[in-house]
Amino acid sequence: MKLPFGRTTSSPISTGHSASLDFAQPEPVDLASGKYVKLWQGPQHPGITGNMSLELTLDGDTIIDCKTHVGYLHRGFEKLMERRSFIQNFTVVCRIAVPEPTFNEYLYSHAVEEISGIEIPERATWLRTMNLEMMRLASFLMWIGGQGGAFGQYTVANWTLAYRDYVLDLFEEMTGARIYHMYIVPGGVRAGLPDGFEGRAREIMDGAEKLLDQIERVMFNNTVFKARSKGLAIIPPEMIDPYGIVGPNARACGVKRDLRKDEPYLAYDQLDFDIVTGTDSDAYERAYLRLQETRQCISLIRQCLDRMPMDGAFQADMPNVLHWKVPAGETYVKAECTRGEYGYYMVTDGSELVRRVHVRGPSYTHAIAVMERLAVGNNIADIAGMMVSLHTYPPEIER
Amino acid sequence: MKNSLNTDDTLENSGLTEEEQLLFSNARPRAYEPYPIKAVEDFANWARANSLWILAFGTGCGAIELRPLMTARFDANRFGVAGRPTPRQSSVFIIGGYASVKTLKRIIRSYEQMQGPKFVICLGICPINGGMYFDSYNTINQFDQYIPVDLYATGCMPRPEALVASIMALQKKIKAGECDGANRYVENFDWYKANQKKVIKNWDMPDYNW
Amino acid sequence: MNDLMERLQRDFGVDDITVRKPALTTFRVKKDSAETLIRELRDREGYTHLNFMTCIDYIEDGIFTLVYMLHNYDKKLSLGVHVDISRENEDMVSIHTLWAQAWTYQRELREMYGINFPGSPRLEEDFCLEGWDDIPPMRREFDTKEFSEQRFGHREGRHSEEPRDHMKVELYPNRGGDEK
Repeated sequence: MKLPFGRTTSSPISTGHSASLDFAQPEPVDLASGKYVKLWQGPQHPGITGNMSLELTLDGDTIIDCKTHVGYLHRGFEKLMERRSFIQNFTVVCRIAVPEPTFNEYLYSHAVEEISGIEIPERATWLRTMNLEMMRLASFLMWIGGQGGAFGQYTVANWTLAYRDYVLDLFEEMTGARIYHMYIVPGGVRAGLPDGFEGRAREIMDGAEKLLDQIERVMFNNTVFKARSKGLAIIPPEMIDPYGIVGPNARACGVKRDLRKDEPYLAYDQLDFDIVTGTDSDAYERAYLRLQETRQCISLIRQCLDRMPMDGAFQADMPNVLHWKVPAGETYVKAECTRGEYGYYMVTDGSELVRRVHVRGPSYTHAIAVMERLAVGNNIADIAGMMVSLHTYPPEIER
Repeated sequence: MKNSLNTDDTLENSGLTEEEQLLFSNARPRAYEPYPIKAVEDFANWARANSLWILAFGTGCGAIELRPLMTARFDANRFGVAGRPTPRQSSVFIIGGYASVKTLKRIIRSYEQMQGPKFVICLGICPINGGMYFDSYNTINQFDQYIPVDLYATGCMPRPEALVASIMALQKKIKAGECDGANRYVENFDWYKANQKKVIKNWDMPDYNW
Repeated sequence: MNDLMERLQRDFGVDDITVRKPALTTFRVKKDSAETLIRELRDREGYTHLNFMTCIDYIEDGIFTLVYMLHNYDKKLSLGVHVDISRENEDMVSIHTLWAQAWTYQRELREMYGINFPGSPRLEEDFCLEGWDDIPPMRREFDTKEFSEQRFGHREGRHSEEPRDHMKVELYPNRGGDEK
């Protein structure tokens, strides 16, 4: 297929590990020759996602080398968690990924529950599922705004960010906080739904659906958006496994992988949804796929509201948290967040403190190995759009 | 007014190589002197208070609430607040929560590049006393040891409403002529520099003047 | 799963095989055969996805345990490959030729634990820390609170309580904080 600016669409789909890919680092160029320019994009730059930076080497305005620098948000969570008790940790974990704290809360709680053998009540399962889906909706709405903004469509950004606020209002009603909810605790959730929540949630879901239709008309049919995003940052299928690409970035390539379906957790096995896949694997395809997944979120939240048991316990019986010892064990739990597989690896040694927690964020590979490879050969003006298109969040890389 | 060419009163720029020292000025910063007529100064302050341009540098989690603040729902443009991509054009630096040592270096650079009069708002509890990262090896605990702060908006996170309130409080403070953060930085320049160099171990940038 | 484990036991001498949950099995392998084993799992057994690699510091035994988490998408199974290395002789075979993201992990482990991966690209570059002049921070002997107090200091008037003692007094005020 012929695309503007001499770009071409990707080759046919085939997955599996390809040993032919070369992971070698590019040779350093001779900067003193005057032919190349080194340019830093970030950390103080409007076209960067979060607080990170790219060290670009340019030939004209074509990128010939890209290096990602992270660590601007490093707080040493894994170290801090080793010296806090299990219940203290739960207030810390949600700060790891700022736009999606809920996934951290869920995975931390789930890992602790799995090691200590705590069964959570059914109502808590449903409340957690709905909480995660609402988070996904809020995060995707912000992402759509970011992608529009990266290609100069600030109207879309204004619409989606304003609408995201209504979802945050729902969160506030449900959990008491806008950003850091600390709602999912080991053993269940902190509270049930307030009175009249269901009606308000449905109202906001209806509005979100209308908004997404408008966005599809305004953004995805826009000539500028099409011209700039089609054929941009194509991830070839043979890159998926060697680079550890997960989530929408992999699905846009036709790879049918979604943890919610493959290894269902919480109440996902009782919900109706299909894995959305794409074919072209470029920035446009990924954006469109995420728009469809946002629609899926709305449908999942509605299903949760339909099927959720409205009364019953939402907290399992817990030991006294002040001296709560978790038996020795090791586990790796994962969930599908907006960017793919988010995982918590936890090792305990039977004491009141956790031995080791490793947080696996999907951006770890998307923002470093994948980004560095895809950026080469592209125009500098497309870097911002490309970064947003890979959906990277720096805080989960460096923790 | 001090003569910046006086050898006793220049900066060492010891973090730079000899070659780089030629590229950067070694003059000290100068304090802002208000207009001699009070009415003119008041007018200038009124103008400053109503055109607060924020530097687009999301240094921490706080950046997430700046987006709702700047877009349709809370619409900070009502207060003359706009985001600017470069430090040269901005007058307000919003520190979004905790600052890791690596970011602090960039914050200092960006802050010194900003043209005066400039104001700093700190979001969240972390810049005040470390917050929940009080024991972290990579985040600083007291932000005002390194950069003078004009206003704190505490909470974790401060809501957009709190941000709107803090912008209004900052405006009030500027109109009253009480925002002297940049001047404090100049007056206690050596103290701030010593503090900064105490935590930033690889100081490979000029002491001032970008 | 059992066939695979038997074969690995025969060919590579893996031990300490533990089924943590149906989808996760962990085992320990010697340092020398680790890279061959991981390559074999990737190429022959379909464990094509490297979830992460990390390190656990067992300071009391004087070892670092490196953990490689591999995932098989078809069988939906995960394998945790544990490799023990000494805390002093901190050299490990690099797997940067197997996965593109591996060198990033190795760079992080180099910075956070001081483990050396000979041949891994950009190993000496700063990852998260800049101008770090102390022992690697994720090692157990590094006391982050003490470091923070010395380096960054605290504002005067800050008051903190040990949560457990504080809550005992809060919950059982009439018994002098004694919960019995």
